[in-house]
Amino acid sequence: MDLGIVRDVVIEDDKIEIIITPTYSGCPAMDAISMNIRLELISHGYTNIKITSVLSPAWTTEWMSETGKEKLRTYGIAPPNARQQFCNDVFAADETVQCPKCNSSQTSKISEFGSTACKSLYQCRDCLEPFDYFKCH
Amino acid sequence: MNPLLAYTLFLGDSTLILSQRNSEWCGHGPILEQDIAITNISLDLLGQARNFYTYAASLKGDGSTEDSLAYMRTEREFMNPLIVELERGDWARTILRQFFFSQYQQLLFEQLKDLPDEQLAAIAEKSLKEVNYHVRWSSEWVIRLGDGTKESKQRITTAIFELYSYTGELFEPASYEVALVATGVAVDPSTLKEEWMENVKKVFDRATLELPEPIFMQKGGKQGIHTEQLGFLLAELQYLQRVYPGSEW
Ligand SMILES: [Zn+2]
Repeated sequence: MDLGIVRDVVIEDDKIEIIITPTYSGCPAMDAISMNIRLELISHGYTNIKITSVLSPAWTTEWMSETGKEKLRTYGIAPPNARQQFCNDVFAADETVQCPKCNSSQTSKISEFGSTACKSLYQCRDCLEPFDYFKCH
Repeated sequence: MNPLLAYTLFLGDSTLILSQRNSEWCGHGPILEQDIAITNISLDLLGQARNFYTYAASLKGDGSTEDSLAYMRTEREFMNPLIVELERGDWARTILRQFFFSQYQQLLFEQLKDLPDEQLAAIAEKSLKEVNYHVRWSSEWVIRLGDGTKESKQRITTAIFELYSYTGELFEPASYEVALVATGVAVDPSTLKEEWMENVKKVFDRATLELPEPIFMQKGGKQGIHTEQLGFLLAELQYLQRVYPGSEW
């Protein structure tokens, strides 16, 4: 919910359908996420469960809730900037990203791709902390 | 074969084969961050392939699955353009191939997302966001290599010489594209060429590189006629399912 992956829930008699959308086409967490949803529903007594994945409208970081962003920050991942500063312009400057540890904006991008496709790798020039930035998407 | 099915397979094959080639860098990238970057791009492409194959399987409606389409078809049934199957070569060649292909994919998906086939449009819309990052990343690398050292410039220049003749096929419609363009379902790839050249040239200018003069263009892949390199790639990709059919994790 906080990430905006769950798009809808349809309950009809004893049937429950959860509509989810992947963050990235190849996101390997999607299988784990549907599995967890299924297990959670089973533990709440549902047996007739359907999980449907839809691609359109395409997931965007704008669907991430404020709570979700705060959770990322607490975990040490810089949440996506509220306003996307670039995306299509190849020659645009790198985005300014705040360090999730010390809040400094003196940070630099190390790599466009971090530990997963949805993040890029930054380092803080003040506290030297290397951190993941959840890219705007 | 029904043109819509052929077109969907062509889109899936192009992304699967490039994904497989890029994944060969896993553990071999020049530095850790770039090893991670190229394998993440691989993963994006694999996810796109899975979406195209899942749709193709539903169009076939004969019990085919994304897995059977990836693992149980032979070389001649693959419709990817030749450029994605060529050996990865050195880093410069890998970068340049990704750059040429991402620039093409960006223009292709920008049009496909507005065409009437809902499933293809949805996959294109989804993939485009990923492709924008691939374009950015590969462009930065083309500039870094072209405007870098004598060695890096020589390597990327060699890569341009080796790969450029494989770009023509991207813009030449295959029979299934011709059939679908007539009904407005597929993008006419020949309409992408001019903008592709402009976009490539913009980055090449920054990289102090030059586009070659028009030369003879290789083709065949989009109609199932491949280089021998695809056979070796499929042998590795399909090995497990060929030896242990139907095995699962
Ligand atoms: Zn800091």
